[in-house]
Amino acid sequence: MVLAIGFEGSANKLGVGIVRDGQIIANCRRTYITPPGQGFLPRETAEHHQQKVHEVLKEALDQSGITPDQIDVICYTKGPGMGAPLMVCAIVARTLSLMWKKPLLGINHCIGHIEMGRLITNAYNPTVLYVSGGNTQIIAYDRRRYRIFGETIDIAVGNCLDRFARVLKLSNEPSPGYNIEQAAKRGKKYLPLPYCVKGMDVSFSGILSLMETKIDELLKTYTPDDLCYSLQETVFAMLVEITERAMAHCGSDEVLIVGGVGCNVRLQEMMGVMCKERDARVFATDERFCIDNGVMIAWAGALAYSSGTRMDFSESYITQRYRTDDVEVTWRD
Amino acid sequence: MDESEPQLLKQGAEARVYICKYLGRDTVIKERFQKKYRHPDLDVEIVKERIRNEARSILRCKFANIRTPALYLVDFERRKIYMEYLATNITVKDFIAKHGTANEHFEKIAKTIGETLRKLHDNNIVHGDLTTSNMLLIPKLQAGAEQIDPAWLAKGHVELVMIDFGLSYTDASIEDKGVDLYVLERALLSTHSNYEDLFAIILKAYVVSNPKGNANETIKRFEEVRARGRKRTMVG
Repeated sequence: MVLAIGFEGSANKLGVGIVRDGQIIANCRRTYITPPGQGFLPRETAEHHQQKVHEVLKEALDQSGITPDQIDVICYTKGPGMGAPLMVCAIVARTLSLMWKKPLLGINHCIGHIEMGRLITNAYNPTVLYVSGGNTQIIAYDRRRYRIFGETIDIAVGNCLDRFARVLKLSNEPSPGYNIEQAAKRGKKYLPLPYCVKGMDVSFSGILSLMETKIDELLKTYTPDDLCYSLQETVFAMLVEITERAMAHCGSDEVLIVGGVGCNVRLQEMMGVMCKERDARVFATDERFCIDNGVMIAWAGALAYSSGTRMDFSESYITQRYRTDDVEVTWRD
Repeated sequence: MDESEPQLLKQGAEARVYICKYLGRDTVIKERFQKKYRHPDLDVEIVKERIRNEARSILRCKFANIRTPALYLVDFERRKIYMEYLATNITVKDFIAKHGTANEHFEKIAKTIGETLRKLHDNNIVHGDLTTSNMLLIPKLQAGAEQIDPAWLAKGHVELVMIDFGLSYTDASIEDKGVDLYVLERALLSTHSNYEDLFAIILKAYVVSNPKGNANETIKRFEEVRARGRKRTMVG
């Protein structure tokens, strides 16, 4: 019986979530949205989180109907992520820990995504494709670690999509990736783009520089919709291919897609076709759980806390670089 | 007909592998079947490129005296490539899984891997998918012997064969070579995480195996590629 509250703010989403024994009783979020053509910068993002954190926390407590004294553990994102926004949530969590006299636990953001996905979909031991603005990794569990089998060797797939949206000046509302997905549905003409798979690793920077440098020329023959379509078809094919390689390598018959890009329906569809061909199953979640949220931090924290993980107040720092395979998974066999 | 009915040997992630008799020889057919999840134009382009890469690198390896399956036939229309079938073999992955790294031949095998990679790179061939599943050990016939010695593995009479050149290319830059080593290191870390010294032995053999050439630049680039990976901030 663990009741955990989680604070997430590693990028432009601020989330507070509350979990009681695997039941989600609050999942509240605000997103810092920048004008078209602009990305989010650390200082402005941190200011956004500072301004919103009180109202989001209050909303989460109201939604769950609990009082602070019922909480067992306060969890926050320790990393990876942008320093300044991470720090906002860490400070809030530390303050509450002292005010409410509750234990504190710092959580790896990537582990949060994986455990959230497993909770929602009931996938048992999946090969995990973790795709977001900052991460692109193929992960499988082996002997107490989530091991990284493949990853991007330069930029993350979500970063490639976001920056391409900026090239086209697409809106960042509700998210650049969502707007690319909608535009891609109207695209018809396929433009061949660099396809770069190295073993189980991928590279996206070549595609992005091609788009950035040639955009004016490309727009003479292709519509923005065509370009969104071609971009999605190419980068998702690369992701599905390395996922299949990892599955063959590990002998796995389940795939779980997590992270913000994971709610893209076209990616889920392509993954489904691949899985059908090899009698495997694909698991994915929608934007409530795929996109960064507080619940994932609360749930991963609840798992770690139940299996005996503790953190001293003096260790409650943040780190921008915190790899998925750095965490010892104490809650799985 | 000089081709017997092919038998499916295994279905991998991107190809079906059959065995058959072709012109009287035991032959492997690797068919890169259509992937329905990807755009048909992209699919055709990828398959053509990979068949081309595989054939080209096998030929280049032959000139460089690196053992690979011999190439028999390339059929772009049917997406097939015909190669020598090596009936008696064990992948390096299975060898390590079965015999561990404490056995007497392990170090020699690891060294051979390093030397072979160096030979590949010195000939500007980059494999592109270096894993222990893509390295085979086959019996090495001893002088005067006609038959395979059943105890070939225990005696360490092995030869290293590189396979799966679909992601390879033959005009490799320093960066490509660095990435090639990085891909191998990552594959070893995830597959053989309990044998930490494996990559170190391979890399050492890679460096010293050709005293005339210079691997410093490649090693330097490899370290840069690795640093890029580890230092990535992974925001969001």
